[in-house]
Amino acid sequence: MPEGASPYSKKVMDHFVNPRNMGEIADATVVADVGNPACGDMMRLYLKIENGIIVDAKFKTFGCGAAIATSSMLTEMLKGKSLEDAKSISNQAVAEALDGLPPVKMHCSVMAEEALLKALEQYNRSQEQKPESFEV
Amino acid sequence: MQPDAQRDIYFDHAATTPVDSRVVEAMLPYFAERFGNPSSHVHSKGVEANQELDQSRASAARLINAPAETIIFTSGATEANNLAICGYLEANRERGKHLIISEIEHYSVINLCLKLRREGYDLTLLPVDKLGLVHPDKLHAAVRRETALISIQHASSEIGTIQNIKELAAIAGEAGVFFHSDAAASAGNIPVDVVDLGVDALTVSAHNFYGPKGVGALYLRPGAKLEAQIIGGFQERGYRSGTENLAGIVGMAKAAELALAEMPQRREHLTVLQQRLWNGLSQKYEFLHFTGHPSERLPGHVSFWLEYIEGESLLLFLNVYGIQTASGSACASNMRGQDEHDLAASHVLTAVGVPAEYCSGSLTVSMGKDNTEDEVDYFLQIFPQVVERLLAMSPLWADKLKGKNPYQ
Repeated sequence: MPEGASPYSKKVMDHFVNPRNMGEIADATVVADVGNPACGDMMRLYLKIENGIIVDAKFKTFGCGAAIATSSMLTEMLKGKSLEDAKSISNQAVAEALDGLPPVKMHCSVMAEEALLKALEQYNRSQEQKPESFEV
Repeated sequence: MQPDAQRDIYFDHAATTPVDSRVVEAMLPYFAERFGNPSSHVHSKGVEANQELDQSRASAARLINAPAETIIFTSGATEANNLAICGYLEANRERGKHLIISEIEHYSVINLCLKLRREGYDLTLLPVDKLGLVHPDKLHAAVRRETALISIQHASSEIGTIQNIKELAAIAGEAGVFFHSDAAASAGNIPVDVVDLGVDALTVSAHNFYGPKGVGALYLRPGAKLEAQIIGGFQERGYRSGTENLAGIVGMAKAAELALAEMPQRREHLTVLQQRLWNGLSQKYEFLHFTGHPSERLPGHVSFWLEYIEGESLLLFLNVYGIQTASGSACASNMRGQDEHDLAASHVLTAVGVPAEYCSGSLTVSMGKDNTEDEVDYFLQIFPQVVERLLAMSPLWADKLKGKNPYQ
């Protein structure tokens, strides 16, 4: 990638141009949608959870450079984490891992955090609803 | 696809143009050698500066077929728009408190008029049709006895549409209402003739036709009254005080001379590029929609919006490949803002009926005299790759492929 001037950090541009974990997980444990096209951004987060560990995370995002980069960084941070550890990942942590975002773009990192919280919530709900007889 | 690091393609001439090297050359002596103050009438340096100011005024006036004495030099189009509107209202307070502008004016008109509305003026925002045109009937119907001023831009930098100012100004003329037109995007790029258009005031911006930034002009019809907005030592016949930016004014004059002399060739060249780009895009995607008027538009200007893709990421990706364009996307609107409340989808796109959820996928490609067919071909080669890449990332596109309507 040429070293063009950009309003974003090098890390943001790297995750934007070469997004990690972009795509779908066919047998995802949970899929969470946040945002909407009217607001100009929407993120779909796929998590595969096994024994309380996030073994895989992928995303699809419609949005600006910051939205795509934070989606990419979030999935990187989630992979291999326990659900307990994943819960404590904040939008600030994602933004910091990207060497910061312009103030006007911080809401994009909030979208990533919201996607994570929604996915974890969905997962917890699905666990509660599981009939006991199905437990192994 | 491998980015070509050598490419540096500027397709954002609606934002600003490079200063022509001949303009730079004309300006250079006015920094260190011919630095005189035109107000220093008595000594040689001052006389020299004053003569140059007169000649520059004549050149700038010729661009819009105006008499030299009708030109007021300003710091640019924003100041000229502010001077025309506030200056006229202050000098003609007996005229009533109703203003008419179009919905697609530049911020320097629309935000100023919204401020005037907060201060007690009644404001009519004239709608435009899907192609971006103000309908004469609508203007006719909006004019009232207490209408003080009408301001309608000549051409839109965002969607390229050129208004029929002659017809609109005639309606104002019949009603005896002062008519101003912001010609920042058009003057120097297409013929602008204040006599033929019949306007009372018209704004010109130098950096939109290969002149320097920081200089523009307001044409004011002889006999029209205007109250100065910058008060001081009587420069520009008292309409705009402050020592003249002579180097800038000389640059604007040179750019105006070149624009007038080269306009037919420039337009012909830009029309070829425009057609080439238009043809290359028009059959490509069912989800690509052109904006603005198909024929009554600025030369070299192509604008459209895409479903499923967000505009800022499109701009960023194109920039990675050395192509610089613009978007009306909210996300690309104000990168220096404090927070997301400083972001807003383009009022121009919503005015021409682009739904808010799609404004985010808009792109404006504005080519200039020095762009080449080869650059258009490179764009047409890169653009589909960028689009495919972003579609692959888009959950909306994934839904669409699965037969769902992602916008519901």
